[in-house]
Amino acid sequence: MFVIDTLVHRLKRGRETMAYPHGPAPALPDRHGGALRVEAAKCPEGCRECVGVCPTEAITPLEGKGIALDLGRCLFCAECVTACPQGVITQTGDHRMAVRRREDLILGQPGKEEVRLAAALDEKLRKLFGRSLRLRQVSAGGDGSAEADLNVLSTIGWDLGRFGIQFVASPRHADGMVITGPISQNMELAVKKVWTAIPEPKIVIAVGACAISGGAFAGNSEVMNGAESIVPVDLYIPGWPPHPLTILDGLLRLLGRLDEKAPRP
Amino acid sequence: MSAASPFALLANAASLPWADVPEWPLPELVRRTGAELDRGARLCAWFGVPEDEGTRVVAVIAFDADNTLAVARSAPTQGAYWALTATHAQAHLFEREIWEQYALKPEGHPWLKPVRQTLGGAPALRDFFRVEGSEIHEVAVGPVHAGVIEPGHFRFQCAGEEVIHLEIGLGYQHRGVERALIGGPHRRTMSQIEAVSGDATVGHATAYALALEALAGEEAPLRAQWLRMIGLELERLANHTGDLGAMANDVAFLPTASACGKIRGDFLNLTALLCGNRFGRGLVRPGGCRFDLESERLAQMAARLETALTEVERACAWLWDAASVRARFENTGTVFAKPAADLGLVGPAARACGLVRDIRYDHPAGWYRLAPIPVAVWPGGDVFARARVRWLEVQRSGQFIREQLMAAPDGAIRGPLAPSRPDRLAVALVEGWRGEVCHVALSDAAGRFRRYKIVDPSFHNWTGLALALRGQAISDFPLCNKSFNLSYCGFDL
Repeated sequence: MFVIDTLVHRLKRGRETMAYPHGPAPALPDRHGGALRVEAAKCPEGCRECVGVCPTEAITPLEGKGIALDLGRCLFCAECVTACPQGVITQTGDHRMAVRRREDLILGQPGKEEVRLAAALDEKLRKLFGRSLRLRQVSAGGDGSAEADLNVLSTIGWDLGRFGIQFVASPRHADGMVITGPISQNMELAVKKVWTAIPEPKIVIAVGACAISGGAFAGNSEVMNGAESIVPVDLYIPGWPPHPLTILDGLLRLLGRLDEKAPRP
Repeated sequence: MSAASPFALLANAASLPWADVPEWPLPELVRRTGAELDRGARLCAWFGVPEDEGTRVVAVIAFDADNTLAVARSAPTQGAYWALTATHAQAHLFEREIWEQYALKPEGHPWLKPVRQTLGGAPALRDFFRVEGSEIHEVAVGPVHAGVIEPGHFRFQCAGEEVIHLEIGLGYQHRGVERALIGGPHRRTMSQIEAVSGDATVGHATAYALALEALAGEEAPLRAQWLRMIGLELERLANHTGDLGAMANDVAFLPTASACGKIRGDFLNLTALLCGNRFGRGLVRPGGCRFDLESERLAQMAARLETALTEVERACAWLWDAASVRARFENTGTVFAKPAADLGLVGPAARACGLVRDIRYDHPAGWYRLAPIPVAVWPGGDVFARARVRWLEVQRSGQFIREQLMAAPDGAIRGPLAPSRPDRLAVALVEGWRGEVCHVALSDAAGRFRRYKIVDPSFHNWTGLALALRGQAISDFPLCNKSFNLSYCGFDL
């Protein structure tokens, strides 16, 4: 094949990078369902229908009536949505789920029916990272799916590089660490070493239910139940694994690079 | 050939009473298993079941040409025995695993060390095989790698650029999957199975569903079997496309790399069209499937599949046309057919060595019994052959799924599943995109899991990668690694 053919092929494919975030976000698959909304005030007395169907015990019954749903443990199987007789738990179809504080993933109480989306980093960190964020990714007991959807962000459709965000090969070159997986015992030391090797100031991003809470493996003695058991976490991105759009939204939200006036999907 | 076997015979996705599994003293099991392997059988699983003070060893072998599986077990044993590995290399990791888990020592094992056990949080802090000599230097890589990838440790013994020996030290991803399954199924079991290896979710979920259905003595409705086939083939298309792109990337051929990166996502999105999740999570359940492909959705899938297949056809045509790619792929990382067979390689890695083995053809279960798919084989055993087999499988899976989408059976997608029958052994094999996914379930008197063994294709194939590196330049490691693209978590469990 001649060089010219390669160039022609490439030209024929045209520009494939999506318009988002300057244009509309690509639609989530209709059966994905997006983030959950929980109106625990609507729970009838003594109803526990949703509690038993959750594979990860993400739903805690409150005394008397009502529930608290932890989106950080949620595997998005939607069994609870089907099981609820009162329509307390619903799917919003919204891809946005990233939060700054762990408690912002607990849904149910009035005013806290949905996740409290992440605020941007403070002025100083935004000045440092806002236009150039280098991340070291560490998989620690991850099953390869969250890693795959992080890799997807670097493909031409998503083109993470246009935001100045890049995955780098050494912690010494990084501004932060992206953790996937529940932190297996056997990776604890490596994760600590990577974190120590990243120069200050640094951030940690936990991607996926496993990295936030241990996910499907929470409670197994071979794992640590999530990243925050050994390092401080600055951004939690729920999902099993999170859709690439959810991850990108979280990263841009953290850097204060999303136009909040954009209409909600 | 299997007719004369002293083993108990069974078909794929079937079960038999535990009491009907022939029992011999362990040395006899080793001898007879060795004799069957000499006659052309393949070792699918070799694992321990603790009983009383000792451990029973269970052997699951496959007679591919006869489309038959066979099982046997040993009497409860303690201490040491003469290793099967001494004569049959296929058993080498299985025997290390049993030794690690149950302290049953295989005497004469040439390289006995734990498979995944912790050692102060660093499984690689052990002795590695060393090549001595003043010109020899050692390169240690991992567990954390340069890319967005799972952790593992690679220890190279090099003379200059040339790799004399590579030893792969895994275990970093160990999450206790099999231990958590004992006494199950639990509420979290299905989710844990779906996360055994994230990019092979449908493969493992289907094997698990088949094993439970075999224990119950039932079958999923036909339409569910059809849906599982669609999920499996989409998984294969997505991963093969991604790997072809990644191999192109590793030889700096960027047009195919960037196009395949995107097309891979198109295939993942087709899986999400079916079940909402790009990796097929939530699709397969024991007793059937959770999501249907109604006619409108089916039409949408067929149209989008056509587009993706046309695009991948074009993107890969550039790859095969480029002399620079062929020059880098050919004669790189060669594994010859004999050592590949001795090591028991499976899946595309085996088929790229000219070995004709494919569970969909040799031991069909589910929809594949009704619709056979041709086996894609390429001789050569090098990176080129592995890429070529992936490409043939993309084409054949594409054509297969095209045809099968038009042959949808009617009916329910999920039925009620009876409880597991007590004291039975079920074996389920599925040809995942990496190769043979083997699940073996043993129920106790109450029908719960007494033991559940998972063998990911990576368990067979990692040693193949180590062998491929011998005599190679160390700078070819990323390309060789990508041509196998094995699972760390599926191995570590």
